[in-house]
Amino acid sequence: MEIKGTRAPVSQQSLQVEKPEHPEHIGGSVSIEINDRKYSVPFGTTILEACQMNQIHIPTLCHHPDLCVAGVCRICVVEVEGMRTLQASCAYPITNPLKIKTTSDSVRKARKNIMDLMLSEHYGECYACFRNQNCELQKLAKEYGSDGFNFGHVTKSRYDVDHSSYSVIRDMDKCILCKRCVRTCIDLQEVGVLEAIDRGKDTHIGTFFDKPLSDVICINCGQCINRCPTAALRANDPRDEIWEAIDNPNKHVVIQTAPSPRAAIGEEFGNAPGKSFTGEMNTALRKIGFNKVFDTNFTADLTIMEEGTELILRLYKALVVKDETVALPQFTSCSPGWVKYLEHFYPEFIDNLSSAKSPQQMFGALIKTYYAELNNINPEDIVSVALMPCSAKKFECNRPEMNSSGYKDVDYGLTTRELAQMIKEAGIHLPEMEQSHFDDPFGEASGAGLIFGATGGVMEAALRSVVEFVTGHKAEDLFSNANVIPVRGFEGVKYFEIPLTEVGPVPGILKPLVPNWDWLKGVTLKIAVAHGTANAKKVMDNIKAGGKFSECHFVEFMACPGGCIGGGGQPIPTNAEVRKQRANAIYTEDESLPLRKSHENEHVVNLYETFLTDGPCGHKSHKLLHTHYIKRGKYIS
Amino acid sequence: MKNKIKRSGPVLFSGYNRGEAIRKVITMSREDILFNIKESRLKGRGGAGFPTSTKWMLVAAASSEEKYVICNADEGEPGTFKDRVLLVEYPEMVLDGMVVGGYTMGAKKGIIYLRGEYEYILKSLQDYIVQMRKDNLLGKNILGNEGFDFDIEIFLGSGAYVCGEETALIESLEGNRGEARNRPPFPVSTGYLGNPTSVNNVETFAAVSHIVIKGGEWYRKMGTDKSSGSKLFSISGDCERPGVYELPWGITINDVLIMVGAKNTKAVQVGGASGVCLSKDHFNRSLAYEDVSTGGSIIIFNESRNMLSVLKNFMEFFVEESCGQCTPCRIGNVKLLEGVEMLEKGEFTFSYINRLKDLGRTMQLASKCGLGQSSPNSFISILDNFKGEILNRTGGKNGN
Ligand SMILES: Cc1cc2nc3c(=O)[nH]c(=O)nc-3n(C[C@H](O)[C@H](O)[C@H](O)COP(=O)(O)O)c2cc1C
Ligand code: SF4
Ligand code: SF4
Ligand code: SF4
Ligand code: SF4
Repeated sequence: MEIKGTRAPVSQQSLQVEKPEHPEHIGGSVSIEINDRKYSVPFGTTILEACQMNQIHIPTLCHHPDLCVAGVCRICVVEVEGMRTLQASCAYPITNPLKIKTTSDSVRKARKNIMDLMLSEHYGECYACFRNQNCELQKLAKEYGSDGFNFGHVTKSRYDVDHSSYSVIRDMDKCILCKRCVRTCIDLQEVGVLEAIDRGKDTHIGTFFDKPLSDVICINCGQCINRCPTAALRANDPRDEIWEAIDNPNKHVVIQTAPSPRAAIGEEFGNAPGKSFTGEMNTALRKIGFNKVFDTNFTADLTIMEEGTELILRLYKALVVKDETVALPQFTSCSPGWVKYLEHFYPEFIDNLSSAKSPQQMFGALIKTYYAELNNINPEDIVSVALMPCSAKKFECNRPEMNSSGYKDVDYGLTTRELAQMIKEAGIHLPEMEQSHFDDPFGEASGAGLIFGATGGVMEAALRSVVEFVTGHKAEDLFSNANVIPVRGFEGVKYFEIPLTEVGPVPGILKPLVPNWDWLKGVTLKIAVAHGTANAKKVMDNIKAGGKFSECHFVEFMACPGGCIGGGGQPIPTNAEVRKQRANAIYTEDESLPLRKSHENEHVVNLYETFLTDGPCGHKSHKLLHTHYIKRGKYIS
Repeated sequence: MKNKIKRSGPVLFSGYNRGEAIRKVITMSREDILFNIKESRLKGRGGAGFPTSTKWMLVAAASSEEKYVICNADEGEPGTFKDRVLLVEYPEMVLDGMVVGGYTMGAKKGIIYLRGEYEYILKSLQDYIVQMRKDNLLGKNILGNEGFDFDIEIFLGSGAYVCGEETALIESLEGNRGEARNRPPFPVSTGYLGNPTSVNNVETFAAVSHIVIKGGEWYRKMGTDKSSGSKLFSISGDCERPGVYELPWGITINDVLIMVGAKNTKAVQVGGASGVCLSKDHFNRSLAYEDVSTGGSIIIFNESRNMLSVLKNFMEFFVEESCGQCTPCRIGNVKLLEGVEMLEKGEFTFSYINRLKDLGRTMQLASKCGLGQSSPNSFISILDNFKGEILNRTGGKNGN
């Protein structure tokens, strides 16, 4: 059966009115009174926003700054003079002068009653809960001085926990029906697997026909987890298995760490977003007991080599050989949420996906082959862990085809949140750790690999290399400081053109593949970047309709808003400011590195010289570093 | 099903020639029509009592290519059946009223949202619409009036009570789950498919048909100052002559009881499950927006009735019918029902019952839509008005 269109219904779309930059200039502001004080706010501001702008606290639960309005929890109600009922401040746009009271008797009573109602239905014990001390429900209960269950309390579990998914676990006993997950999935991500089911007291959040999450078109992005105010949604946590492996003296436990977790893990230890803890994290990981700590940026650099070469080959076939079967634009494939999204929603475009594996899976394949051989370790004894900002990476490492080493290439995907928990369990306070480096033979990687973490990063990394390969000029000559600013930032879809006015000699590593670059001379390279699957959908629909994006050569897609720094395994909360700070942390670290281009990574060069001797996209790399995809479609059996 | 019209009045259940209102309005300007409706002081008959002229003016003034006129025939309030009677006996009044609405507000499309259980009248309504089209009372250039296009479609509801709430109704029309929207924005600016929409009750349209013919002045002379005109009441329960009555606003409950042959009346539930339950000492009050307001449902209970069971029925209805979207209504109604069960068993404390009444007030104030806002009305009024009966029955064993 096919799923109905996933566009958010009108009722769930944002009410927010576009805010003019300088409302005062066009008379677009409204005078209001809040608690007897006068304020002036831009026309269309919600009461909640007006209060937040003026440091007046209003409790919220169903409201989330990334999401459209719901107005369902009712905890944010305020009194508006002249209105018979209280108004949900998150959903009330100010379009005329209002007198508002935020803490009147009826408001306080209503909030307390609503709080008590929520607690009466909430089945969970804070001390045995992963959101303990980082739970919005718990925080509000404290704020309202709840010290008992005024309307009773559920004593029995009502819902079975859904453990079916490799990525997301649903424990609906803890759900307060704020519908943030529903709005995240349908509105922010345009996937639409979660919906309120049944009515009245039986209302619950469920999937299509209440099927297990693993059987529906969930892309495992985990964005719903990041926005859930409670522990009703959580990632599938492999900590126990990893501890067990660490404790087992016969196991060689290695961990690769992706760029985004280091830029965010400090938040779990009370740091403000925006500071990287790369070195400290390396030390902590060794203290915990990991035998080796590797940098996923190494395989990010390798991805650039493979994916960049693949792009060049596709372009060559299309432009020179005039092979009409070549699928262009080439799509990035490092975001497993995006890959599954494409497999479900645009299966006809499967050939456009780069066959290059994601950095996580490339590393997995190398660890159990190259690394094992080099160090004479039986791959069977290696437990390979991947620290990722992402819940979909857990699904990815369990894809049956991800075993090109002959073993399961990556054993466990571990999220930033879960690692922070392990570090705490080990009694370590991360910020106090000394800094240390990554282990050989993969060593330190380039800044290009690092910026994979932010939207536009893969594109920027690719451009830094491709431009040098093709023009023979330094990336710095074309982009100030090698920073490709047009692909940075959080605009939903970015588009950029680079005219290749001159070409240089073909670098050695590519000589077996193309004779010269003359065929690229005069070509304008067209690229695009989209983050969040809702934006991906816009680009895909445009490509399908033969629009401007179908002319692109290369498109970067990331399933999560902001890219991996906003991944479903990152610290909670998430919002635009947090994501901006994390991206800053990454770009700052990139600028500080001596090595900023993937092809200059000497460990990568060495790998091609000693192991992948038939070069990028060669036979061996095809076996280990490339993969294939499945046309899943939207059909659910 | 028999439609028991027990008393015809000067307006709704009176003579009406089909097409008459449409013939009249095409000779009038929009302003004149709106002025007449304003003069009549007609208030919406769906329960909320919003002035019809204001609603129509807002839609008429909205600058949009697409506008909609929706006839709310969901009639889900327990004890109400007057809209059904109108649609069966006088469809011309209602549909002409919709055409008048289309003409006045500049809408080209009308939709009747028909309660799922009324499927059996779908056919006759559809036939009637076909007939109207043949007679050019619907369709393009109605009655030869260049540019006056209007057509009506019928949508069969899904059976949820909340879908009678106008924004939930619109959601349901759009193919979504029937759940109330946030207001503002109101349907008059952002309604069906985001366009200006006027949702009106069946009876409201019927009244409009008469008003445009006979004038607002004429209508206003009936009823009271604040509640003009006449109203259809669906009267049921313990009485000899249940049925639909057209009565002027302002009539007292006592007079109604006499008229319908009610004996030994203990309680009168005015406004259906979401209304209030009145005891004898309130029977001299009058039915009017300014006193006891109602969408038209009156249920009579005689001395043999157990008020706690009556209340339990109502609360079960709301627990069932809450859309489950907002906290106060979804969980609040369950708590109120549990409270009734505690009272039944006599296992309660006064402080807890008072806490539930306080919760009821929160539900009235903080629920997202009219369902949750009115669902505690019965609870609060029955506990207030029949305190003696309820506490004597149960004794309040743990009372403190
Ligand atoms: C829970 C609920 C159910 C409602 N059911 C109906 C209904 O069945 N018929 C109706 O006309 N109005 C119903 N209403 C009122 C409508 O929301 C709306 O106010 C009305 O249709 C407007 O028409 P009027 O202005 O002609 O009264 C209901 C409201 C609520 C909150
Ligand atoms: S979800 Fe929050 S309130 Fe519920 S048990 Fe966990 S920490 Fe406590
Ligand atoms: S993980 Fe992503 S796709 Fe899956 S339910 Fe959550 S938001 Fe939707
Ligand atoms: S699962 Fe979480 S986000 Fe979704 S409705 Fe429940 S509490 Fe809200
Ligand atoms: S008040 Fe009840 S019916 Fe209305 S939105 Fe809330 S839960 Fe739904």
